[in-house]
Amino acid sequence: MATGSSQQFKTDSKRVAGDLRHRGLIQTALSKYETSRDLQKSAFQDWQGARQAAAERKWDAINHLDQYLVEFASKLEARGTKVHWATTPEQAREIILGIIREAGARSIIKSKAMTAEEIHLNEALEKAGYSVVESDLGEYIVQLRNEAPYHIVFPAMHLTRGEISALFTEKLGSAPTENPEDLTMIARNILRDKYISADVGITGANFGVAETGMISITENEGNARLTAALPRVMITLMGIEKIVAKLSDLALFLPMLATAGAGQSLTGYNSMYGGPRMQGECDGPEQYHVVLLDNSRTHLLADPEQRDALHCIRCGACLNVCPIYRNVGGHSYGTTYSGPVGSVITPHLRGLQEWKHLSQASSLCGACTEACPVKIDLHHHLLQNRRNAMAQKPVRWEKMAFHAFGFLANRPALLRALIPFGRLAQKFQWIVKGGPLDPARAWTETRDLPPIATKTFTDQWRAKKRAASSKEPVQ
Amino acid sequence: MSENGEREKILRRIREALTNPAPQPGSHGHKPHSTAVPVEGFAHWLPAVGAGFDAQADLFARNSVQLKSTFHLLESEAAAAQKLAEIALAESWKRVAAHSDGANGPSTRAMVSALKLPGVWTDTGYNVHEMESCDAGVSECDALVAQTGSVLVTSRSAGGRALSVLPPHHVVLAHREQLVADLPDAFALLERKYSGKYPSFIGFITGPSRTGDIERILVLGAHGPKKLTILCW
Repeated sequence: MATGSSQQFKTDSKRVAGDLRHRGLIQTALSKYETSRDLQKSAFQDWQGARQAAAERKWDAINHLDQYLVEFASKLEARGTKVHWATTPEQAREIILGIIREAGARSIIKSKAMTAEEIHLNEALEKAGYSVVESDLGEYIVQLRNEAPYHIVFPAMHLTRGEISALFTEKLGSAPTENPEDLTMIARNILRDKYISADVGITGANFGVAETGMISITENEGNARLTAALPRVMITLMGIEKIVAKLSDLALFLPMLATAGAGQSLTGYNSMYGGPRMQGECDGPEQYHVVLLDNSRTHLLADPEQRDALHCIRCGACLNVCPIYRNVGGHSYGTTYSGPVGSVITPHLRGLQEWKHLSQASSLCGACTEACPVKIDLHHHLLQNRRNAMAQKPVRWEKMAFHAFGFLANRPALLRALIPFGRLAQKFQWIVKGGPLDPARAWTETRDLPPIATKTFTDQWRAKKRAASSKEPVQ
Repeated sequence: MSENGEREKILRRIREALTNPAPQPGSHGHKPHSTAVPVEGFAHWLPAVGAGFDAQADLFARNSVQLKSTFHLLESEAAAAQKLAEIALAESWKRVAAHSDGANGPSTRAMVSALKLPGVWTDTGYNVHEMESCDAGVSECDALVAQTGSVLVTSRSAGGRALSVLPPHHVVLAHREQLVADLPDAFALLERKYSGKYPSFIGFITGPSRTGDIERILVLGAHGPKKLTILCW
């Protein structure tokens, strides 16, 4: 019945939701985010207008994706960039390994890229004998812990400084410190050498500009800037949906990404790269490669109802406001992309039946849809995933249960006649409650059903009418 | 190789997928909207910026305080040169990295040479270890953006890709005419200046390097400069 992923999700969610330390960390981190996000949003003259404009610009890009991708690739190639196309994760890994082998490279520095998580690039590089170092501080921390990023924007949000200090002491031999600045400097000093000695720099991309053939990277630390400046070979792995039509579109998307993603007016470094070092330039890579990744994005594109999920700019705003994400945490999802947007797209990228349980992990409150800077209709897409999963592979007992409910709901007299049995059954519910025999165990294990009223609403209504009519007769 | 084949396969899948039209954006199944780019651009949705140099310089200064960068509005090039020397003295710089004068920029070479410090000129290439050991990088820029307190640089205007991010203190030299109101203006300037021959790197620098990756506590100087100083005259 339950698949492996669904069982793992249930087990992990249950464990994390009851973890008070985790809850405290997430609430602190996200309440800081909320304060600054609201401040930045209020600085916009019209945030709702900006959202609509952003939705329209992304709609245009995604619905003419073939044209824009061709334009993007040819502009890049005209400036000496090699553009590669990969349908599957295997192909993308092979292409990247091929570039690295051909360059005779040994060490690799990497800045944050969710696409690389998607194709498990680091494992593949390490298996092939290359050392690869994550340079974003949060990513570096989770890499040292052999963990996946906890959040698409804040990868190490689930860790305390004490845990990070212990990790650094164990893995790097540094002296213990509770000071975030000291911890940051430990990583800075180690990573400085890595940039300088690395032969290859790998980055992700936040946007791909068709008009000028440029990729745009948003970051705060400067690690992506160094990754793109110092190694002699630069590789960017980019999902095909990252396209925007015009360079000037970034005037809208960069501040919106910063506001929705981290509560900043603009992220520290927004950098656009169009090619390798040009004639007359003093630094930059000799070779620049852009690897375009499909990995089932065209599958999502083929569903016009949910196509707007490809508008996602990976700001993480929907994760931050989601009551489910805030309770079960980023790792429980078991996916590259967690939170509401992850629950929407993962079934398209990795199989509907295997990942349909994520669409149930939602209260349908709509906070995600409201938070989305590009107006993706997230909570309706979760409903559509539920519908599609059911249509594709109906669940027998669920169908029977709804049939039975429909039957009863259409026969009020029968329903009323059954209510006293419900009251009686509830008296004995404690015998099975939460136990292995309880059919509603998942719900009743941690919750009490309120007692069924001794007088139903209909009873009360009738009694009230009777009382009223006995006092003042109807005219 | 089979890579070209993948390009055609991906494009074919995209074209097939797009034969079914998607609902209008942001409509959530309700009323349709136009998808035309508004003629007036994006500026009227973004944070407001006052008109005129004084209002914009004031906004840039306020944003700098927020971002923890340092903004000095000075009377003349001589005053800027003096300020640069003061900073170098106060921080006891031993080595400095810089590039020579840009096409329309300030007299960077003269100002940096006046410091009489050894260091690195990036113009025709440089040794990375030597630049890494510098106490500061001095560069020009393409523009200052009042709306966000950002410095717009390119590999052409600011001495390459690394000068503005590798040394621990980045000092920007800018002319008053380089201050623009907002992001749409900054992109318009890029198009006017470089269209068709863009440098290989364009970057908006908004404050010193920062991270919040440890318990969301702000730390400056994560990988890039711990300090960003803007001298404008």
